[in-house]
Amino acid sequence: MKNRNLVSITDYSKEDISEILRLAHLFEQKTNQRILENKVIASLFFEPSTRTRLSFESAINRLSGRVIGFSEAGSSSVSKGESLKDTIKTVANYSDLIIMRHPLEGSAKYAGEVSDVPVINAGDGANQHPTQTLLDLYSIYKTQGTLENLNIFLIGDLKYGRTVHSLLMAMSKYNPVFNFISHKKLRIPDEYKMFLHDLNIKYYEHTEFTDIISRADIMYMTRVQKERFSDPIEYEKTKDIYILRNNMLTDTKDNLKILHPLPRVNEINEDVDKNEKAYYFEQAKNGVYTRQAIISAILGLKPENN
Amino acid sequence: MNKEKKLLVSAIKNGTVIDHIPAKDLFKVIKILGLDKARQPITFGSNLVSRKIGKKAVIKISGVYFEDKDLNRIALISENVRLNVIKNYEVVEKKQVKVPERIIGIAKCVNPKCITNHENITTKFTVINKDVISLKCEYCEKITDKKHIKII
Repeated sequence: MKNRNLVSITDYSKEDISEILRLAHLFEQKTNQRILENKVIASLFFEPSTRTRLSFESAINRLSGRVIGFSEAGSSSVSKGESLKDTIKTVANYSDLIIMRHPLEGSAKYAGEVSDVPVINAGDGANQHPTQTLLDLYSIYKTQGTLENLNIFLIGDLKYGRTVHSLLMAMSKYNPVFNFISHKKLRIPDEYKMFLHDLNIKYYEHTEFTDIISRADIMYMTRVQKERFSDPIEYEKTKDIYILRNNMLTDTKDNLKILHPLPRVNEINEDVDKNEKAYYFEQAKNGVYTRQAIISAILGLKPENN
Repeated sequence: MNKEKKLLVSAIKNGTVIDHIPAKDLFKVIKILGLDKARQPITFGSNLVSRKIGKKAVIKISGVYFEDKDLNRIALISENVRLNVIKNYEVVEKKQVKVPERIIGIAKCVNPKCITNHENITTKFTVINKDVISLKCEYCEKITDKKHIKII
């Protein structure tokens, strides 16, 4: 992984993923280290994403690295009409690694091509967000003790949700069974069903949110976004169908954990938060360790407790 | 038939003849092969009668032999295009275009939010279906299908 860009989750093999999970575990045990001393990391957020940015910056700061960059395009030279290429080439001169969030799809791959330092994709439009996927994998691994042979339920917006698509691709390496629960307008796209079919991975599609969830090892909830619907009435009807409430969890498995990439709107009722199966806030915390693992792997640095 | 063709678009001594181009796609083929910038003599005919494809176009380029990878780009438009390599007025080789594995720099990505539609970037696609041509953008990973392919 050293010096390689991380643009898409498909850039990492099963072995790469195992190494990231191993490193993340070490950073969880010893979160504050000095291994990024003398390193300057650029954090270029061409669109705001406070949660992802703070998670990265916390990961870097806890490893004694320094961060330069901007949190929205308005405060960068983009507002003067500079091309992405020129911005990246310039910033590559000032830093050891670039973390980039950009509204256009494919921008991270392009940045990786023009940059002299490695690039980590922190989200390129609706395309990829691989560090989210890796922290999801770490959360699954940590709570289940394995990534193999799990029954994964993906619920909510399965059509547009990029976290869902990347997680599906990544988990497909580990012999899962998938259950998809969504409104018929937000079903998982055919290309992903074909992908699963080609790999002989079982999947089931549901439009009802029923006690079928008693089979789940992992429930991955996503937000149904208002802007996906042209008809606001349709949105209002849809968003309330797939709400997870605490009383629905009575007959679920003991090892079940509920994940959500956050922010949530109303798809997980707040009464679930107290249930020990709710894992979304710990999941966000795991993001810091996972990002520490990714950054150190790309810079070729070992944790002090390795 | 052969005589008639020679009358319409005169024969060349050495070079390449591109035949069975769907007439409507003539100018796309010219663009794909960069013939609009070529310095060699080029003759072409369009709206010629073809029993196979209705109206066809023919291009004859003197003194130029193309590499397969260049010719195969034409397959994006039509797989039926045929090529004859001419040496001393004789056809020395016949070729049929083949759909390449990758398409570099001639098609536009259908996704308006793709970075290639906003910066000066050479587009790159992986051909994921050769029968009904379907291209996957190597940048945004979105698929451009045959009916949405636009030549840059």
